[in-house]
Amino acid sequence: MNEHPDASITIVGGGSGVGITALLDGSTDIAMSSRALKTDEKMNFETKGMKISEVIIANDALAVIVNPKNKVGKLTHEQISDIYTGKIKNWKEVGGADTKIIAYSRETSSGTYEFFKEHVMDKKNYDATVLNMPATGAIVQSVSQTEGAIGYIGLAYETKEVKQLEVSYDQGKTFVAPSVESAQDGTYPIARPLYYYFDESKSSLVKPFVNYILSETGQKNVLDVGYVPLTK
Amino acid sequence: MKKLINNLIQGLFLISSTVTTLTVLLIVFFLLREGISLFNESPLEGENILAVHSKNKVKTVSAEQIKNIFDRKITHWSEIGGSNDSIILFTSQDFDTYFDADELGSKFEHLPRKIDSLINSTPGIIAVFSKKYIPPHFRGKLVEVPDVSLSSFMSGREWFPTAHPAVQLGVLPLVLGTLWVSLIAILIALPIGLATSIYMAEVASIRMRNLLKPVIELLAGIPSVVYGFFGLIIIVPMIQDIFNLPVGETALAGSIVLAIMALPTIITVSEDALRNTPRAMKEASLALGANRWQTIRRVVIPYSISGISAAAILGIGRAIGETMAVLMVTGNAAIIPHTILQPVRTIPATIAAELGEAPNGGIHYKALFALGCILFVLTLIINLWVEYISRSRKNR
Repeated sequence: MNEHPDASITIVGGGSGVGITALLDGSTDIAMSSRALKTDEKMNFETKGMKISEVIIANDALAVIVNPKNKVGKLTHEQISDIYTGKIKNWKEVGGADTKIIAYSRETSSGTYEFFKEHVMDKKNYDATVLNMPATGAIVQSVSQTEGAIGYIGLAYETKEVKQLEVSYDQGKTFVAPSVESAQDGTYPIARPLYYYFDESKSSLVKPFVNYILSETGQKNVLDVGYVPLTK
Repeated sequence: MKKLINNLIQGLFLISSTVTTLTVLLIVFFLLREGISLFNESPLEGENILAVHSKNKVKTVSAEQIKNIFDRKITHWSEIGGSNDSIILFTSQDFDTYFDADELGSKFEHLPRKIDSLINSTPGIIAVFSKKYIPPHFRGKLVEVPDVSLSSFMSGREWFPTAHPAVQLGVLPLVLGTLWVSLIAILIALPIGLATSIYMAEVASIRMRNLLKPVIELLAGIPSVVYGFFGLIIIVPMIQDIFNLPVGETALAGSIVLAIMALPTIITVSEDALRNTPRAMKEASLALGANRWQTIRRVVIPYSISGISAAAILGIGRAIGETMAVLMVTGNAAIIPHTILQPVRTIPATIAAELGEAPNGGIHYKALFALGCILFVLTLIINLWVEYISRSRKNR
């Protein structure tokens, strides 16, 4: 902002779909999205004759967390999915103590709610008994004071009160701990790229901003606010 | 000149009262219009339709069955009255997995044809896609999905407003959760509030009352998110320890927080009612030899019982409408509560948590407004009840 005092940027909240619809309507110059364009959205842009550019500006990863007293240190993709769909109800089914599993999730309005549902649960719906918390801080607080709890939070939300699990996406052959490095080299599976979409005809207007994000200072900011910077 | 000013002031009063009334009516009208438009909407998102292979015998699929199919709980058509084929899922999110981008043409002009041949060659398919991709000579069969109705909305037990491809809108757990939390809250708050108001109105010295009154009024001024945070950090772990529960976010935690929040209302209103007891009546009672406790029990409380009832009902009203504090401590799982030691999800918490991301004008958005209508009806009943009780006091 200091380098471009004449530029003004207004940010409007909403999910990825909201941003992409706004880009289609022409009411925004850049749509930030946590998922790639769907085929039908590409088709909508096509029919309107808009050429859309896609830039990956950062990566996001989710860590699965449990109470520090929990003996379980790693879970497979299928086990996590079964826990959140209500098939697995007790920690002893996945090698832990005989305690009931209390699953915490974010509210339906959160982007991480959808991300987790798509990447970890294969688009199956959450069980009705899963507890919904309004904020990541509330999940950390609850997991730290509930022995049988499991939850998920943004990777960079580091905290000593909870234990991060290693996860496996190949039926338990290799387990990977969540970290900025493992998310960057692609070995940590619960990660996703974050996109900027913009109309190519407006590229002179938005390019300086996009370049800033991709610059070294921009990527340092990415790390500071809790996301995984792009690899050089 | 003086008359002119008088008329002007009267006119201003008239205008402001008209504007207030109109605003209230407009809000109610807007709420009802958005809420009622939910009904007779298809639970499929947007312009979507549901298609199957032409030989499939199934004629209608309910929203609940669609959810179970896409959650892989129903895996064969025979489970819902069809053939023995296993069900194969296809939605517009799967375009990329089923077709190559090149196959579809640069303007996706081949997509309808591709969908048609996919459905025709896959007997077990269930396909959900926008109706603008129905090809001209469609060989598949369109299946009916019953619309959202008032009865399915009110009696449904599953609340998954963002489920894909068919939303589940059952508000029974939310309505019961709201009533349950409020009822327990008032059972906790009423005895404490009543005791405090009796103490302040009849027992306490003037100095004591001047000390207590501002403190209690301070309770009403604390933002509800602070109560919520207090509940999450203090009350939730406490309940977990005391009852030895696997999870502390329960209806009881919400009720305790709400009870604290309802206390100022209950104390202020019932103290006013108690102090309205005519001095002559109390003195008569004392003169007959009754002691102070007997006077309170036999004279003061019976005289002000309708004011105390009004206080209790207003307290319930406060509890039913409270959002943020409840959102933070009740766990928000949309299940029908059987004990007070289970998580619940209330109507205001649901609206607050979900409205921000519900696309404008979509079915989820309308469902939240319909929830708002239910809440409005609940509080309207409570207000009419208070009105009725305070009127019966005047007539006596």
